[in-house]
Amino acid sequence: MSMTPSTPAPGQGSNGNGQAKAPGEVVIDCHIKELHYGTFKAVRDTAVPIQKNRITAFIGPSGSGKSTVLRCLNRMNDVVRGFRFSGHVRFLGHDIYHPSIDATAVRRYIGMVFQQPNPFAMSIYNNVAFGLRLNGYKGDRAERVQTALQRSALWDEVKDKLGESGLSLSGGQQQRLCIARAIATEPEVLLMDEPCSALDPIATRKIEELMVDLKQRYTIAIVTHNLQQAARVADQTGFLYVDTSEGGRTGYLVEFGDTKQIFDAPKEKHTRDYISGEFS
Amino acid sequence: MLTDETLDSPPAPLEDDPFAQVDFPGLEKSLRRPRTLMNALLSGLVALMTAVALAPLLSVVIMLAWRGGKKLSLSVLTHLPPAPLEAGGGFGNAILGTAVMVGLATLAVVPFGVLIGVFLAEAPLENRLAQAVRFAAKVLTGFPSILAGVFAYGAVVLATGGFSALAGAVALSVLMIPTVVLTSEDAIRMVPARMREAALGMGATHTQTVFMVLLPTALPGILTGVMLAVARACGETAPLVFTALFSNYWITSGGRFDLMQPTASLAVLIYNFAGMPFANQVELAWAAALVLVLLVLAANLTGQALSRRQRQQS
Repeated sequence: MSMTPSTPAPGQGSNGNGQAKAPGEVVIDCHIKELHYGTFKAVRDTAVPIQKNRITAFIGPSGSGKSTVLRCLNRMNDVVRGFRFSGHVRFLGHDIYHPSIDATAVRRYIGMVFQQPNPFAMSIYNNVAFGLRLNGYKGDRAERVQTALQRSALWDEVKDKLGESGLSLSGGQQQRLCIARAIATEPEVLLMDEPCSALDPIATRKIEELMVDLKQRYTIAIVTHNLQQAARVADQTGFLYVDTSEGGRTGYLVEFGDTKQIFDAPKEKHTRDYISGEFS
Repeated sequence: MLTDETLDSPPAPLEDDPFAQVDFPGLEKSLRRPRTLMNALLSGLVALMTAVALAPLLSVVIMLAWRGGKKLSLSVLTHLPPAPLEAGGGFGNAILGTAVMVGLATLAVVPFGVLIGVFLAEAPLENRLAQAVRFAAKVLTGFPSILAGVFAYGAVVLATGGFSALAGAVALSVLMIPTVVLTSEDAIRMVPARMREAALGMGATHTQTVFMVLLPTALPGILTGVMLAVARACGETAPLVFTALFSNYWITSGGRFDLMQPTASLAVLIYNFAGMPFANQVELAWAAALVLVLLVLAANLTGQALSRRQRQQS
């Protein structure tokens, strides 16, 4: 199965500098100074480099702003009322928060998989082909759909019922369908916001294997509540914690590094306590 | 394990017998307890009220089937109304007239109504224009239908110089639009937020989200609203008396289809014929009433079937 030429807009290796990045180089350089929802300061002082063909995990207690940081990376926060942001998010050399940047275009290069599996109320085929239709892809859509379903390890289960509703699948299958939908347009980066928290352990394990598989082609950032999950799949891990010193509940990055170092030899006391389960 | 011994020695369960029965007071059914009695009485009352509410509906339906069914035949559905004292005849022109006027009104209302529904569903709640439009639509839902007729009389009949099917369609569309607008808004709002989020996450613009995700997902609900509006429009009489008037002939002039002349409709035919002193006309009115009820019933059932399909999907 060879890949057909990429879609008009998103494409493998398409980047602003005109030069492909090598694995491990920084694809998204995210630096959040302050992030507000209305008067609520949700996140401060968080800088994470997302590296190419690596899985970067965000861990931390509830309210530490893991999802908020993730949603910053493809401007999904824009639709939240009262969202304000200071800092920068550089995606392959482009500051995606620059006024000249189209937020919807950003999301075509940086795809997203959500906590709740959210297939559309349409056929399995049309779910995966959605992004291709969105971009007016003129090539062989059936082939792209098949490739995406194969890469998300769903093809064998659905190849005989592509016309059935995406909602007829089980939760784990729905989530893999959503991954297929996200990768059908060959995004550069895949953001996953607690993709397994609504799934049973077997489906979770499948998604985890899939993530490790997918990082050969894509760059992945994942938010997870599950420490073992981060330890199993992530190359880099960022630990966020809640700062209540100013009265509110503001999340900030405590420590970022190789997963092994974060789990085996955390430098910060907060990280050490969290990893060892001293508080949550 | 039910023995005399266990019954004779109540509450204390036997230590050695795990299946021993323990006595509780009031465990068995009895009408003598006030609570049980009240329950039975109220259940009876509810059944009675249901019967009272259904009585007029059922008697109308039975009466219609009885008196209209006698006259119903293929020739009644295809022939023109008879002259006084003439035998036979039918109301084919009235069926066609109702279909044409309701059809025209539907064609005009659906694009506007659905797009207004999209606006109401997508505009922020505090948007003043959306609030005003929603309020107007709600007021229009209870709008006296005769005023819609008067409006179309002033706007179309006086302007074009005569009663016409077009004026009838305008009057009906005024009555249909609020239903379509409000049910479309509801149907679009009922699309799960996570699907909207999924579309945004794929890089869809707002327009693409509306047309590629929200409208297709809400389609069954929107169709339900349209069918409800069609059902209502089919039965309206007052607005048509002011606008389409009535005609004993087909909706043509000089052999060509013509929307600009007085046009028959089932509702007005029933109104006219039921009051006539001729037995044949009165029987035709009964048959027309039965046909009208069946048409409205068909529209309602279609709407319900469509909305059931939507609920199964989501």
